[in-house]
Amino acid sequence: MPLARRRFDTLIIGAGGAGLNAALQLADSGLGVAVVSKVFPTRSHTVAAQGGVNAALANVLPDNWHWHMFDTVKGSDYLGDQDAIEFMCREAIPTVYELEHAGVPFSRLPDGRIYQRKFGGQSQNFGGEQAARTCAAADRTGHAILHALYQQNLRAKTHFFDEWFAINLLRDAEGVVLGALVIEIASGEPLIIEAKTTLLATGGCGQVFRTNSNAHINTGDGMAMALRIGVPLMDMEFFQFHPTGIAGKGMLISEGVRGEGGYLINKDGERFMDRYAPHARDLASRDVVSRSIMTEIKEGRGCGPRGDYMLLKVDHLGEEVVAKRLPGIRESSKIFAGVDPAHEPIPVFPTAHYSMGGIPTDRFGRVVVPERHGEETVPGLYAAGECACASVHGANRLGGNSLLDILVFGRLAGKDIREYVRENPYHRDLDDAVVQAAIAPLERWEQGGDGPGVAEVRAELQRTMEDHAGVFRTDEIMREGVDKLDALRDRLAAARLRDHSKAFNTARIQALELDNLYDVGRALAVSALHRQESRGAHSRPDYPERDDKQWMKHSLYFKAGDAMDYKPVRTKPLTVETFPPKPRVY
Amino acid sequence: MNEALPTRERLRWQCRRGMLELDLVLSAYLESRYSNLDDAGKQRFVDLLSVDDPTLNAWMFGNQSPVDAEMVAVIADVLSAAVEN
Ligand SMILES: Cc1cc2nc3c(=O)[nH]c(=O)nc-3n(C[C@H](O)[C@H](O)[C@H](O)COP(=O)(O)OP(=O)(O)OC[C@H]3O[C@@H](n4cnc5c(N)ncnc54)[C@H](O)[C@@H]3O)c2cc1C
Repeated sequence: MPLARRRFDTLIIGAGGAGLNAALQLADSGLGVAVVSKVFPTRSHTVAAQGGVNAALANVLPDNWHWHMFDTVKGSDYLGDQDAIEFMCREAIPTVYELEHAGVPFSRLPDGRIYQRKFGGQSQNFGGEQAARTCAAADRTGHAILHALYQQNLRAKTHFFDEWFAINLLRDAEGVVLGALVIEIASGEPLIIEAKTTLLATGGCGQVFRTNSNAHINTGDGMAMALRIGVPLMDMEFFQFHPTGIAGKGMLISEGVRGEGGYLINKDGERFMDRYAPHARDLASRDVVSRSIMTEIKEGRGCGPRGDYMLLKVDHLGEEVVAKRLPGIRESSKIFAGVDPAHEPIPVFPTAHYSMGGIPTDRFGRVVVPERHGEETVPGLYAAGECACASVHGANRLGGNSLLDILVFGRLAGKDIREYVRENPYHRDLDDAVVQAAIAPLERWEQGGDGPGVAEVRAELQRTMEDHAGVFRTDEIMREGVDKLDALRDRLAAARLRDHSKAFNTARIQALELDNLYDVGRALAVSALHRQESRGAHSRPDYPERDDKQWMKHSLYFKAGDAMDYKPVRTKPLTVETFPPKPRVY
Repeated sequence: MNEALPTRERLRWQCRRGMLELDLVLSAYLESRYSNLDDAGKQRFVDLLSVDDPTLNAWMFGNQSPVDAEMVAVIADVLSAAVEN
């Protein structure tokens, strides 16, 4: 039986901040917009972003976009593209005001202007005094943004496919992307959505690691869909780890706890950060603390029966302080670690938090791939948000810059799509062979028989990634990891679904997610193995220095044959002088 | 069985949230205790799932609690199931 088909001017996969902001630009201009989301839009992972969004509004302390740009370039360890960064920092200001108009209830100063918080990595005057650049809607910034954008989209008549799962992109022989194959989770029925443009806005992939801070939905689906049609992933080796996740569970114990006087100890009760960062100690940057924890564990000073975590001590602050200033931490420690931090230390381990890499795009959200003398766009394909890499975070992202990224580039992608649809007003013919290629993963999981289960293979994959492509990366450790991934590829091929029912078969969705996790995990591990330097979040004890001569370039990983390619960092901003590389010290 | 209640398969997907903490506590409850509840109890859990993520987060891990006493009880039950897990 032929598959059902629907046609829209434009398809957006993902209803987080990036997808919804793009959709709004398009629906407002009268285009037929479909938004597909595997969960109800306001349950997208953007909801977890409580901290806020950066923009140099200068409402609390002096500030301007150029200082914001400097901080972002430096934070990126000089791997971010300076044109894209300039653009994002300039656009931040109108973007925040646009959100305010869309109804986001930002916290305010007594005079009515938007209040701004101080975050790490923010400076005045190119590395001077602390700046205050983060705008927040109390501790609900992400939700407030999603809620406002969702309401505006309903008003603008965006067509939502809630609880539909995108499986694969449709790309024809000429390389044009024509939409996607999706499946309704409730009925298990597939559908072809034909569209003149498709935007991937599927968010991050933190679930590739065993210990991570991400919601279960963050399985890198859009990244994997791009890989499968031959698009490379860029800078995947750069993954931000937060040093203090609850061991074995992953949720964050925020820096605030150490800010209040909490500190880390090893199994001998030693404050080991004194050895690694004598000045900043427990408040050293995230990558430094994460690495120190891993070194302690590797050298046999880990806590617990398996010696595989460190302890975060706060009980010395007294019950009253813990109850008053750290209520959330107390509750989650009790529930997820089984300890009351007012009396006992919290077991912690570095937790995978944010993917700097992703689908390579230009600053208009157009997906770009290398061609002989440079690069070219993939006609009809766009990407924005955490799944994309417009290269504004480089090797390391600053807090509050991710919400900014998704909103700015979501919005700009929307604008560019409008132009594209104007110039390409007709749907192209969709060949059967294209559909057949797209549906393969769905059919593969219909196979009967015995084999390893999905949960089992996923756990092995997550463990392998944590042990071999996590915080601690040497040539030997990573090679072993890629060997294990080879073996896991066979296990994955042999894996079988036990339940083939159609309606709300969440096991099938998890199987499809596992395919995606594998492809993205492999991209990350192989990219990491190749980069022989330490930069930002990518740290190698065997190559401890940043090597600007050989490695100031972006990596591109292709699924076919695990091939790697590289492209230069764009060091020339749009209007200002280049910030030349300097050591990244704080 | 009450026809008006969503199937367990549907609820399993409703437990997929935007925050890891909620993913864990809600799905643990669904798998461990939900089937032992009477219809009224099941309905309360279904109602809980319709609450937005930041509010659930504040009720479970923050310093806030719902006005409705029944909701307070469901949350306590959900959290105690999570501790057992
Ligand atoms: C705990 C935590 C706190 C954070 N706090 C901050 C902060 O304070 N400030 C900041 O700037 N950043 C923060 N971040 C990072 C930031 O939240 C994310 O990078 C950002 O929200 C990603 O937005 P997005 O629009 O790209 O994707 P998401 O919001 O993750 O949305 C992805 C969308 O894609 C859909 N989707 C995915 N796969 C499929 C598929 N196969 N089919 C259909 N739909 C699909 C999902 O349903 C969802 O709608 C935080 C991250 C974490 C983990």
